[in-house]
Amino acid sequence: MNSSSGKSYMSTASSSVLWKAGGDVVADQFPAGLRVLLVDDDPTCLMILEKMLKACQYNVTKCNRAETALSMLRENRNGFDIVISDVHMPDMDGFKLLEHIGLEMDLPVIMMSADDGKNVVMKGVTHGACDYLIKPVRIEALKNIWQHVVRKRKNEWKDFEQSGSVEEGDRQPKQSEDADYSSSANEGNWKSSKRRKDDEDENDERDDTSTLKKPRVVWSVELHQQFVAAVNQLGIEKAVPKKILELMNVPGLTRENVASHLQKYRLYLRRLCGVSQHPSNLNNSFMNPQDATFGPLDLQALAATGQLPAQSLATLQAAGLGRSTAKSGIPMPLIDQRNIFSFENPKLRFGEAQQQHVSNNKQTNLLHGIPTTMEPKQLAGLHHTAQSMGNMNMPVLSHGSQSSQNNPLLMQMAQPQARGQMLNDSTVGLAPRLLSPRGQSMLSNGMATNVSTRNGVPENIRAPSYNPVSQTSSMLNFPMNHTSELPGNSFPLVSTPGISSLAPKVAFQEDVNSEIKGSVGFMPSYDIFNDLNQHKPQNWELQNVGMMFNSSQHSNSLQGNLDHTQSILVQQGFLSGQNRNSTVISKAMFSAGDSTGHVNAQNSNQHLNSLLDNTVRVKSERVADTAPANLYPDHFGQEDLMSALLKQQDIIAPAENNDFDFDGYSIDNIPV
Amino acid sequence: MESKHVNQQIAAMRRSFFDEEVLDEKFSQLEQLEGKDNPNFVEEVFTMYFKDSTAFLETIEEAMKTIPIDSIIVDNILHQLKGSSASVGANKVLKEVNKITRQVLGKGNLEGTKASILKLRKEYDSFKAKLEPYFQLKQANSVAQVK
Repeated sequence: MNSSSGKSYMSTASSSVLWKAGGDVVADQFPAGLRVLLVDDDPTCLMILEKMLKACQYNVTKCNRAETALSMLRENRNGFDIVISDVHMPDMDGFKLLEHIGLEMDLPVIMMSADDGKNVVMKGVTHGACDYLIKPVRIEALKNIWQHVVRKRKNEWKDFEQSGSVEEGDRQPKQSEDADYSSSANEGNWKSSKRRKDDEDENDERDDTSTLKKPRVVWSVELHQQFVAAVNQLGIEKAVPKKILELMNVPGLTRENVASHLQKYRLYLRRLCGVSQHPSNLNNSFMNPQDATFGPLDLQALAATGQLPAQSLATLQAAGLGRSTAKSGIPMPLIDQRNIFSFENPKLRFGEAQQQHVSNNKQTNLLHGIPTTMEPKQLAGLHHTAQSMGNMNMPVLSHGSQSSQNNPLLMQMAQPQARGQMLNDSTVGLAPRLLSPRGQSMLSNGMATNVSTRNGVPENIRAPSYNPVSQTSSMLNFPMNHTSELPGNSFPLVSTPGISSLAPKVAFQEDVNSEIKGSVGFMPSYDIFNDLNQHKPQNWELQNVGMMFNSSQHSNSLQGNLDHTQSILVQQGFLSGQNRNSTVISKAMFSAGDSTGHVNAQNSNQHLNSLLDNTVRVKSERVADTAPANLYPDHFGQEDLMSALLKQQDIIAPAENNDFDFDGYSIDNIPV
Repeated sequence: MESKHVNQQIAAMRRSFFDEEVLDEKFSQLEQLEGKDNPNFVEEVFTMYFKDSTAFLETIEEAMKTIPIDSIIVDNILHQLKGSSASVGANKVLKEVNKITRQVLGKGNLEGTKASILKLRKEYDSFKAKLEPYFQLKQANSVAQVK
């Protein structure tokens, strides 16, 4: 519905919103009715300019003091579309006023002066004036000032779109449509826009009204991966939109697109940090470009593979880790990973290293932060899945964005879920893309769908996308939902909504195994998801639970990472088909670190469940829609999952066997 | 008849302003802004302009008498005069203002600008003396025409 609703929303919004800020809708007569605030201490000029602006059919408010103007703007933030101010004023310097307006209201400001010296004009530019007029001002110059308003809104819109791609989903219930367009409501806008974004076609809607043409940028998983890669390369601290844009080298992408996306990404990261109790590892890793250890690692690998479910895993893991606090180290990675996922392909975070990690086995990341060492293969698999999952995940993330695209993160997240840890935190991770706030919900969604509300209401979380399957396990069903109905098992893995979706798809393929190995936690999820896709009604629940469980708390229960793993494994076990379950679970458990090996599946399940509960936070809304079953590549059979998991560990040959060789896959692997 | 004569007189006055370059095209633009709902717009603008500018000039002249000359005040006023004169189309006044501004910037010595300021004062007074009767005539004529 997103799309449709979004669309309609968009169109109406666009047309009406354009000048609706103040409540007057004059879209049709645009630019007539443009609300101009005129500030000049010279009464003669003030009179003349007012007359000229009125002749242009603008709505003019004049004042001769900067202070008055500022208070007017503050009182009525949405009351004006553009400000024209003189430079030389007795009570306040025009540039200062310009700064204030830019910071507080973010309205376009045109500076005016009789002074045409280059320095002054330059000052205007550097202070952010969108235009500089030399007195005497001609009416012709005033006739075109509306372009600045349009331009600014267009850019804002674009930003929204970008960031929103993931989220749009169902997440936002048509938020203030108006918000979208008013320059002031940036975040809100993007949310709405995001929602709409689910469907790419929303763009059209927007163009309706005015001349505004905002091409929407959809942050696909690949694009996000590129973004994350660029960010990692630059260093999260130093990543500025311009440089990121250059590194990404994507034609048609603007700095504004990147900037808004970066903003969301940062929020997401922050969220992860906040989530994970043990921020240090995971978050750090995640946050620091360098850390690729865990999160990025896997995620990267995953990302590399494709939307890197690993990322989601990582994110999930990170998230889970973070949340679970229990395991300091591990959870974090997950979270990060999750984050990664959220951001479409978190993989960036981890840097390319992940890929390698992935290949090798210890992808632990996912779990603990374990760098989702999802072997590249897995990643690929994940990717694959992720892609499909992406759809799935996305839904979770982005408001149930059905558009999987949007949720590339979800996918990833879903995958990471397998990581188990992520599960818990998956919510966090998954949605990263969504923009933190969204992400969260998204994750939850994704996860929730599977997990059914994080809190434990695992209902199929992801309801929409995830398939109802999740419900079973209550939570576990995370993103797995996507998978077309995760086989009944609420793929608990999905703790991170996003992840779940991803998980299945991603690595499950064979890589999943490897992932499992490494990530312990995650892998399973992937597998699980995949399986789910396959529609294996296995008890994903457990798995999901595990995943989720891990993420959030499992650490406590399961033992931290191990738990994750276990859960994942458990889940995996489920995935693999019931029979394997135990094995898998055991393995998972084992790998989780505790080598409990066969942790009682039940136990793990329980754990998982509990985890799920925690992780379920995800809002279920999203999950459901994900596309489908993308979570798990169809071909992921349980065996595959297992193999994948196993492989993860060490790129093991797809061993169908359940013995995961979690070789040394201790939770410590978390390359945080 | 009378009005016609007066109209011609008004038109002639106006033309002379342009011929002498006392006014520039900005003035025409202001005239275009006039409409049925505000037929005296240009006059209102000029009324305001003369009021403010007279005050500005007096301030500058006062400032020039102080020792040392407060350059900030002088700068600000010059800037103001520049903006408003340009906006109404007071061509010659604007030119004088610009001259002084350049002198001030170049020499940094306000003493030397005293002579220029005197010139500015003369131009301004002359300008005012021409425009004010013009508007009065216009006003009278429109009233008469209404009758």
